[in-house]
Amino acid sequence: MTENATTPEVLRVEHIAKKFGALTALRDVNLHLRKGEVLGLIGDNGAGKSTLIKIICGFHRPDSGSIYVDGQEVVLRSVDHARSIGIDTVYQDLALVNELSVYHNMFLNREKVRWPLLNNRLMRRMAKQHLEDMGVHIADVTVEVAKLSGGQRQAIAVARSVYSDVRILLLDEPLAAMGAKEGALILDLIGDLKTRGDVSIIIIAHNYAQVLEVCDRVNLLQHGEITYDKPTSQTSTQELTELVVAEYRTGRANRNNNARPPAS
Amino acid sequence: MSDTVTADPATGTEPRSPGAVPRILRGALDAFLRQREASVLIVAVGVMIYFQTQTSIFLTEGNLQNIAQATGPTAIVAAGIVLLLVSGEIDISVGVVAALAPYLLHFAIDFYSIPAIPAIILALVISAGIGFVNGFISMVLRVPSFVTTLGMFSLLFGVLLLTSRAYPVAIPAPTKGTIQQWLGAGPWASMIWCLIIIGVLHIVLTRTRWGLHTVAVGGNPLGATEAGIRATRVKIGNFMIASTLGGFAGILEAFRINSIDPNIGGGTRITFTAIAAAVIGGTALAGGSGTVIGALIGMFVLAELTNGFNLLGVNANTIFLVQGIAILVSMIANQYLSRLRRTGRT
Repeated sequence: MTENATTPEVLRVEHIAKKFGALTALRDVNLHLRKGEVLGLIGDNGAGKSTLIKIICGFHRPDSGSIYVDGQEVVLRSVDHARSIGIDTVYQDLALVNELSVYHNMFLNREKVRWPLLNNRLMRRMAKQHLEDMGVHIADVTVEVAKLSGGQRQAIAVARSVYSDVRILLLDEPLAAMGAKEGALILDLIGDLKTRGDVSIIIIAHNYAQVLEVCDRVNLLQHGEITYDKPTSQTSTQELTELVVAEYRTGRANRNNNARPPAS
Repeated sequence: MSDTVTADPATGTEPRSPGAVPRILRGALDAFLRQREASVLIVAVGVMIYFQTQTSIFLTEGNLQNIAQATGPTAIVAAGIVLLLVSGEIDISVGVVAALAPYLLHFAIDFYSIPAIPAIILALVISAGIGFVNGFISMVLRVPSFVTTLGMFSLLFGVLLLTSRAYPVAIPAPTKGTIQQWLGAGPWASMIWCLIIIGVLHIVLTRTRWGLHTVAVGGNPLGATEAGIRATRVKIGNFMIASTLGGFAGILEAFRINSIDPNIGGGTRITFTAIAAAVIGGTALAGGSGTVIGALIGMFVLAELTNGFNLLGVNANTIFLVQGIAILVSMIANQYLSRLRRTGRT
């Protein structure tokens, strides 16, 4: 989908700041996301990407700033609350439970119940159907996820989010520690979601080439602020890499200066 | 046998081959061995056969009753321990709760004239409350549960000795008769309670949301929390279940031995035997996996060994040696088997 001023904004983040003790993770973050858009969020380690994602999904509360969903200001009280509004996250550390089957993971904390028991048959059928709809091929949904590959697990995690009527999907390093083939599986999945157009996605990524492949727009987070915001069509892997490396160099210079004790 | 699991498509195309029947048998055997309780069940039956060949009275009704009475209360405690271990926590104070609960019953009935049934319920509620405190300190104040319950163990033992003055007391008069028979003194009473509780907890652990969330918070605490599961609530709940079952087992034991004694029934013995039973039954201390039925069979094996050695006239102290070896062997086997299971071979 193309950047279009008439497409409504589903998410707007204004002046978000967050400190952890003496550490300032986010200084002043402003960001917006349109309906059906895929936004790439990049930045060096420690730039605050994960903190920002955890604030948008209700895990952390910001010290200040506001979050608007569909133009309405919201105060996200918990992950559950954010999810009830339609914001869901797939983490890099994978929220799947290895000891549970694929379908139990798909329905984790949203189980179908025929009180007092789980309705396993219904969940199995629905999980199977849904994974097929999304083009994720898992031969047997009763298998423990520990037995699946990293790419399959990631795909299940994404499918799980989409399944819960998510409207804003946050993907934290979805391609981390993944081979090219498995990465392609996830990128295809994101591509499919984009075609559908009802889910808006923010992807945190390190691999800029792959980000550009699926993103409509790229934001760069540096020192707790968004310092760069361009449509993908107007940027390149090289430019993004240079921006981050330049930041690293100046950052190192600054750190060296700061590390030096004041003249005694 | 693992070779047949990674099915070779070439042989799969000819189902009428001479090897078809053995393959079905092997498939059934594989399916059986994939059950986590399988290995310990084999051990239980093996031990039973061994003792029966050595001493003909092992499988008589009287002796089975002995084994059942040794199994029941501790297996009940072990079932609660399994839930806790699966959720990634442990409670070593349950044994003292087991010793304390009959005293609570005695205080309530003999000092406060509370009727028998409400007094039993009160003792169980207080046991649950102790579990809640364990859970609260471990989860909310973030003290590792081993340390929390170690402290609680000592604290409760102090309370027990101070309030009882370390003297045994008689079973309260209002509970004599029917209540005492039903709650432990009847020959199969504790075993029947044990089977009911094991059955219910097995269903809870494998077929309900509570069980699923217990596995989830034990297997991947962060992931479970991120999925919105309230880990604190689940874990505190399991502390309460374990502690309540500890109290209940203690009451059963007191009624069976027809005396409330601070040194019999409760204490470290029941705690560590229950943990041993859980571990031998296939529950991982690391959390995320475990089986209540396995714990029952594990406890049955330990009771069989104690009983069998008694019948054979072997020094009673040998049982500790054997129990230690049983724990180590089953943990090593567990580690090995779960790795095999994970890689998709039996």
